[in-house]
Amino acid sequence: MNTKYMNPYLAGFFLGMVLLATIFITGRGLGASGAIKNIVVATVDGVVPSHAENSPFYSMYVGPGKDAPLKSWLVFEVAGVVIGAFLSGLVSDRLKIVTEAGPRVGIRLRWAFAAVGGALFGIGAQFARGCTSGAALSGMAVLSTAGFVTMLAIFGTGYAVAYVARKLWL
Amino acid sequence: MGPFVPELISDQLNLVVALVLGIGFGVALEQAGFSSSRRLAGVFYGYDFTVLRVFFTAAVTAMSGVLLLGYFGFLDTGAIFVNPTWLMPAIVGGAIMGVGFVLGGYCPGTSVCAAAIGKIDAMFFVGGGLLGVLTFGEAYPVCRGFYESTSLGPIKVFDSLGISQGMFAFLLIAVAVGAFSLTTMIEKRVNRKSAPSLGFTARKHMIAALGVVALGIILLFLPDRKVHLIDKVSDPAYLSAHPAKLMSVDELAFRIVDHEPRIQLIDIRPPVAYNRFSLPGSTNIPVVDFFGKDWVTMFSRRHVKKVILAESETQEHAALLLLQELGYENLAILQGGLDGFSATILNPPAVIPTSTRWDKDVIRFRQSARTEILEAIEKGKQGGSKEIKKEKKIQGGC
Repeated sequence: MNTKYMNPYLAGFFLGMVLLATIFITGRGLGASGAIKNIVVATVDGVVPSHAENSPFYSMYVGPGKDAPLKSWLVFEVAGVVIGAFLSGLVSDRLKIVTEAGPRVGIRLRWAFAAVGGALFGIGAQFARGCTSGAALSGMAVLSTAGFVTMLAIFGTGYAVAYVARKLWL
Repeated sequence: MGPFVPELISDQLNLVVALVLGIGFGVALEQAGFSSSRRLAGVFYGYDFTVLRVFFTAAVTAMSGVLLLGYFGFLDTGAIFVNPTWLMPAIVGGAIMGVGFVLGGYCPGTSVCAAAIGKIDAMFFVGGGLLGVLTFGEAYPVCRGFYESTSLGPIKVFDSLGISQGMFAFLLIAVAVGAFSLTTMIEKRVNRKSAPSLGFTARKHMIAALGVVALGIILLFLPDRKVHLIDKVSDPAYLSAHPAKLMSVDELAFRIVDHEPRIQLIDIRPPVAYNRFSLPGSTNIPVVDFFGKDWVTMFSRRHVKKVILAESETQEHAALLLLQELGYENLAILQGGLDGFSATILNPPAVIPTSTRWDKDVIRFRQSARTEILEAIEKGKQGGSKEIKKEKKIQGGC
């Protein structure tokens, strides 16, 4: 079994072709955080429908005349990502239940920081109307100003705070 | 011509397409090694620049593809979704995500990918993401003002920078190739040995880099298709070398009065002029709209003669050649333009010298045509504003 990763440029070319095919066929780009948002919206709408109806945020996505939040393009696309990643992991023998952490970080601390990082992405992606995939990568492919601004903001801030967080990874 | 949503691909089928493309996306991310948080975080510490390589290569590939497909007319770049810019929210949102990247070691797409192959930390990241969205949703009333601030619309980065599209594409490729070689050197230093094996020799990477730079140079000199074609058909030498089929004002008047179904009048004047005055049955399609998908069906009807109308014959001629360049057939222009039509049919001089019997018949015909056409114009005005069919816009973004 070949467990080595693909050459990054080749993988990037492959990823770029998938993105290009997406734009060519559907006229829109790839995304990820939008699916997470739709899951939250669907959950809130399912548990406390009155709250979803009255909230200015959730009511943008649910209500009469709107498709169910789970019946959205990005939810299906991310379902595909799960399948694709699983198949790729299967073929390259990388399926393993494991926690990956820096050499000086315990498992629980890693879980906590992963959750905090995810939460920050959840919030930031709302402001930026997308994450690294939907705003930065897809935006750059169609030469949107927002795509480049978001990409620079993500990586610029990442480098700015990397030193403070070095014990997590080095 | 792409994109195929919503005409060829229905909303239902589009969800199947989403699943299939998502599988491709998942395979690409996983094979690239994006299912490993340590690898992803490496980009911020210099021990592994996989993220930068994959990300930039993907962006350059997709961008070049969009530009080339657009240039050759396979993709209607006016119809694709361009992420609109809310400047301050994009910067602040990006900054929040940057901190999240360093602390969490993933971004949403890669976390889904890693969770799918069993990474528990990635599952926590996804869970955190759900809580983050919920937090935002609850706090939305407070941050709504900022969320909606500095809205600039779907602006393009090269316009924001004040350079040409080709120049920007070239610069992006140059920066990418530069960053690839620089980061490889950094990686070697940080790891104090040769960088992680890439599977190909340095020589092969050099050759690939040269190919990419060549692509950048092509994109630099690739003119915008619209500008290029409009320039081409506006050249007087090109016009005289490619004569157009003319329709005389009398023939057009006859066909309008006759309600001939096999002609389609296409008025290329600006909408303001068109709304002030237009011939019955004509459709207003300014030249810039020739390139999009909206009118393909109308232009493609081969058995219908498309008669192009503008103030002058030269403008009509250029528009006809442009449609020919775009592959459409059965085209004609109005001899003398709409100015000629007005002067001959609609507002003829009070006294017309007549000598022969033939002249008299022509004048009689023109008078009756004038009455009928003016009546039809009047009726059209009473009918209210002309309906302009707009295609459904593609939705996108996260």
